[in-house]
Amino acid sequence: MRYMLLIWENEALAAAQSEAEQQAVFADYMTFTDDLRARGVMQAGDPLMPSETAITVSVRDGRTISTDGPFAETREQLGGYYIVECDTLEQACEHAARIPGAKTGAIEVRPIMDFDG
Amino acid sequence: MAETARRDRVALVLRAEAAGVRARLIGALRDFDRAEDALQDALTAAWERWPVDGLPDRPAAWLYRVAERRALDVLRREAVAARHAPQQAGEAAQAPEPEELLALADFDDDLLRLIFTCCDPSLRPEIRAALTLRTVLDMSLEEVARAFLVPPRTMEQRLLRARQRLQRSGIPWSVPTGAELPARLNDVLRVAYLIFTEGYAATSGESLTRPDLCALAIGLMRRLVRLQRGQAESLALLALMLLQHARAAARSDAAGLPVLLADQDRTRWDPGAIRQGTVLLEKALRLRQPPGPYQIQAAIAAVHANAPSARDTDWQEISALYDALCRVQDTPVVRLNRAVAIAMASGAAAGLAELDRLAAIPSLIGHHPYHTARGALLWRLERRDAAVAAYRRALGLTRNRAEAGFLQDRIERIEAGEAGPEVQLPERA
Repeated sequence: MRYMLLIWENEALAAAQSEAEQQAVFADYMTFTDDLRARGVMQAGDPLMPSETAITVSVRDGRTISTDGPFAETREQLGGYYIVECDTLEQACEHAARIPGAKTGAIEVRPIMDFDG
Repeated sequence: MAETARRDRVALVLRAEAAGVRARLIGALRDFDRAEDALQDALTAAWERWPVDGLPDRPAAWLYRVAERRALDVLRREAVAARHAPQQAGEAAQAPEPEELLALADFDDDLLRLIFTCCDPSLRPEIRAALTLRTVLDMSLEEVARAFLVPPRTMEQRLLRARQRLQRSGIPWSVPTGAELPARLNDVLRVAYLIFTEGYAATSGESLTRPDLCALAIGLMRRLVRLQRGQAESLALLALMLLQHARAAARSDAAGLPVLLADQDRTRWDPGAIRQGTVLLEKALRLRQPPGPYQIQAAIAAVHANAPSARDTDWQEISALYDALCRVQDTPVVRLNRAVAIAMASGAAAGLAELDRLAAIPSLIGHHPYHTARGALLWRLERRDAAVAAYRRALGLTRNRAEAGFLQDRIERIEAGEAGPEVQLPERA
């Protein structure tokens, strides 16, 4: 089964990091991604641009409304994701716990709804 | 190891939250110095407690609660010393906010008010920038002083006078709305851009000891566009900064000399920053607000940033964008850049004709870039004597050593009989 691992993080904290700290986090992500690939579970994964680049689109009464910024008004923002192929939810959670962002933010583990097999 | 990691984490959270708490304290106390003293007490308390007790759920609310208590203690003590009833001390700080309200408190709103307060029109632009660096971006006094190349003592005095001036006139503590907003927001954007250009102009020499003002200005704009959404000019200024900063690594050579935009190694431009700047500009334009100067400047920067080479740049588009920029921001420098764009789009002769039309503007004639641009076009047109004369004039007007070296080199190349390069652009184009 495929799982989406959504990385929620506090952008204000990320922004307060020094360049060296940010580079260390980046290096940790590279290592983690390489490891997922080596285990053959990685299907996709990308970092997202910061939330100020986001637009939220909705349609009400046939009218398209775009608003500036992400949908959720929380302290944590969606910063990236992985899609992994795992046999069990437990394995997916183990991978989630190894994502560098788990130490500072939180990882949401969402099973992907697969309609064909 | 775990101990170090915990302390690092605490330090990071304090860095991230300090400005918001400071903002809320200034709003409650209407006094910069009392707010700062109370904040420092709270930061010290957090630095003692958090590594032991763990991080609180809402670090900013925790800090504010402690700081508020300290501020009230100080006010009470002063009231007693002055034989006043404690009730008369500090109207705003009299009643602490109920716990449950504080837990929901949005420190972001206060931070936005603080940004507008620091950029108050009653202050000179440089002071607005210094005050913003100090109170919003949490820079130390020494760093702010270094940023403006003055001794810390001088900067301290300037900031003190600015805070007193704001307090005397009563800190308005509001975010401007309606008809007032565009001009006030423009003041804020000018301060952010001033901080950015201070950093931008200093890539060589003393830059080693100066804080990274470009990164700080970008951070300020990221905050501003999150705090106050839907403002096309704010998004565009962030886009402009990212697009210009993307060229940072290519802007000077190994010896620290400036490299013209046309000659820059574009593989050294930062593609991530260009993509982000481009998408932020698109987002700004989608809002369909009147195109202000930052939207147009960002559009110009985006055309450059996304062009494979100076030759393969859409100069017609750039020339048209400068026409538009002239309509909203008719300054001598914009006119000069427009003339260079015309030269690229329609030929050196057309550009030179436009430059000659600008010869009546004293501030351009007394400024070396005008003569540098003229020299380049005259050289291109094989008018060598006139080109050398123009470059000499520029040489007499510049005080920057790197710039002088560049001009000297041009003169030598003309005198050696070299043909004028096809594309010559100032880096800031």
